[in-house]
Amino acid sequence: MTAQKNQFSEVPFSPTIDKVGVEERVSRFQTRSIKGPSKMQGLSMVLSMIDLTTLEGKDTPNKVRQMCYKAQHLHDVYEGLPTVAAVCVYPSMVSFAREALKDSTIKIASVSTAFPSGQAPFEVKKMDTQFAIDAGADEIDMVISRGKFLAGEHEFVFDEIAAIKEICGSKRLKVILETGELATLDQVRRASDIAIHAGADFIKTSTGKIQPAATMQVTYAMLMAIRDHFDRTGKMVGMKPAGGISTSKLALHNLVMVNEILGEAWLTNEWFRFGASSLANDVLMQYMKQVTGKYQSADYFTID
Amino acid sequence: MTQLNVLKTYKIYIGGQFPRTESGRYYTLKDIKGNPIANVCQSSKKDIRNAVQAARKAVGSWSERSAFNRGQILYRIAEMLEGRKAQFIEELTQQGQSMESAKHEIEKSIDRIVYYAGWCDKYQQILSSVNPVNSSHFNFSVAEPTGVVGILAESSTGLIGLISQMMPVIAGGNTAVLIASEVLPLCSISFAEVLETSDLPSGVVNILTGSAEEMLPTLAEHMDVNAIFLSNVDKEMEKSTQLSAIDNLKRVSVKNDDWTQDTAQGISFISSFQELKTTWHPIEQIGGAMSSY
Repeated sequence: MTAQKNQFSEVPFSPTIDKVGVEERVSRFQTRSIKGPSKMQGLSMVLSMIDLTTLEGKDTPNKVRQMCYKAQHLHDVYEGLPTVAAVCVYPSMVSFAREALKDSTIKIASVSTAFPSGQAPFEVKKMDTQFAIDAGADEIDMVISRGKFLAGEHEFVFDEIAAIKEICGSKRLKVILETGELATLDQVRRASDIAIHAGADFIKTSTGKIQPAATMQVTYAMLMAIRDHFDRTGKMVGMKPAGGISTSKLALHNLVMVNEILGEAWLTNEWFRFGASSLANDVLMQYMKQVTGKYQSADYFTID
Repeated sequence: MTQLNVLKTYKIYIGGQFPRTESGRYYTLKDIKGNPIANVCQSSKKDIRNAVQAARKAVGSWSERSAFNRGQILYRIAEMLEGRKAQFIEELTQQGQSMESAKHEIEKSIDRIVYYAGWCDKYQQILSSVNPVNSSHFNFSVAEPTGVVGILAESSTGLIGLISQMMPVIAGGNTAVLIASEVLPLCSISFAEVLETSDLPSGVVNILTGSAEEMLPTLAEHMDVNAIFLSNVDKEMEKSTQLSAIDNLKRVSVKNDDWTQDTAQGISFISSFQELKTTWHPIEQIGGAMSSY
C-alpha cells in the first residue's frame, strides 16, 4: 500500500454532471418491475449486503449485542436466509460487537474520524481510527472534512483520507462524502474522485444524520466515478449508499442501477453495501410475503 | 346555452388522500334506466396493502387521543354530513332509492354518528372493571382498541350500513379499512369527503370501492389487520373469511342487523373491537382494613 502512494496532483479532472440527464436516467431504473423468483433472489441479495447500523448517542453495549444477534438471526422462523454483511457501530461499541459476533463471518464496521461532523483535530481523528482498529474493527467508515472541501481545500481532504488509509492498512476503508452537505452533483463527483484516488476501498454517500441522504441521483453520480476509475485503471472500488433507503423497492432499484452501470461483478457484498437500520425488516417482510402470499405485519418481526 | 354535464370521478380514500386505484381499473355504475352515472374505481390487492399501511400508521395517535376529543371529532362528522344532506339524498335516489327512504336513511345516519360520538367517553367506564381477587393485588381490567379493523360494508344499503359499521369501530380508538358496497358505492366516497373535512386524522378511515370477492380474502389474510367486521354476507363468504383470518387470530365479527332500526346500535358494537387488558397491581394489605386503594 505504502509503496505506491498516490498524489493529489494525479486526481483526474472531474467531468461536470448534467443533472437533468441524471434524473432522466435514474427515473428509468425506477420503472423496472421485478417480480417472482427474481424478486426473491434480489431481496435475498439485499439482505446479504446490509450493514446493520446503530449510530446513536443513546447506544449501549446491550443495544449493540442485541443488534449483533439480529445480524446473525434475521428471521429464524424461515430457514435459508442469509445473514447481513456487517454491523456498523461507533468506535466505543466495537469491542462489544466483537465479543457478540465472536468468529462469525459478519464484519464489524466502525465509523471514525469524529463521525458524523468530522470537526476534530487531525490527531484526534487518527487516534479515533486506531482505537477502532485496536478494538477489533474489520472496516473503517470515515467522514471527510466537508467544511474544508467546500472551502476549496481539496488537497487537505485528500491528505486526510490518505493518512487514515495508511492507519487502516489491510482493513477496508469506506469514505463518507456526506452528499447532503455537498450541495451539487458536480461536487459529489469531485469528492468521489478525490476519495478514490486517496485510497478509498469504498465510497459511501452519507452519515444518515443529514437529509437528503442516499438519493438515487447522488448514488448514480458516485457509481459513474467508480466506473470511470475502473475503465482507467482496472481497479474496483466499492459503493455504499447509506441513509434513507428503508424500503425493499428502493433497494432493488439501487441494485438494478449498480448492475447496469458497474456490472454483475459489483453485485456482491464485497463491493456493494447498504447502510441501513430499518431496511432489513422491510426486506424480510417482503420476502415472507413472497413465501406465504400474505401481507405481513411488523408485529411478527424483531424490533430494530 | 346548454352546459355540458360534468360527471364526478369517484376516487378511493387512503391515508387522507384521494388517489385512483393503483391498478388503474374502473367499473361503470348505471342507474335503473341503464344510463351511466359514474365511473368507480375497481380497487386491487395493492390498494388494500396501501390502505392497511395508512391505517396502521394512524393507530397510535388516534387511540391515544383523549376519549372526549374523539367524541368531538365524531360529532363534527355528523355536523358536516348534515350540511351535505342534499347531495347524499341525490346519490341514494340516483342509485334507485325512493326520495322518502333516502331522506330517512340520511337522517338515521346522522343520528347514528351522534349516537356513537356520545359513546366515545363512556364505553370505557362500562366495559372496564375492578375485579375481586384473593391476594394483595389491585386487579383491574381496561378496554383497549383492537387495532386495525377491516370492514366489509353491508352491500344492500348505500350509507347507513357503512356508517353503522364504521362508527363503533373508530369510536373505540381503532382505525379502519372499509370496502364499500359494490352495487351502491357512491355515498361511500362522498362520505370520505365528509370525513376529510371533519378533523378526522388521515388514515383513521380508509375507503376502497370494487369487488368484495376480490379484496376481502387479501384483507382477511393480511397479518397487520387485527379484526374483520362483516354484515349480512352469505355463509360461504363468512366461512372463507374465518379461515383466512386464522393465521394471526383475527377477530371476525358478523352482525346481521337491519341497520335502519334503532336496535342496530349499542355498546356491543363497540366492545366487539376492544381487548380487555387486566393488570395485577401489588398493594399493601393493612391488617383487617378495607382495601387500600
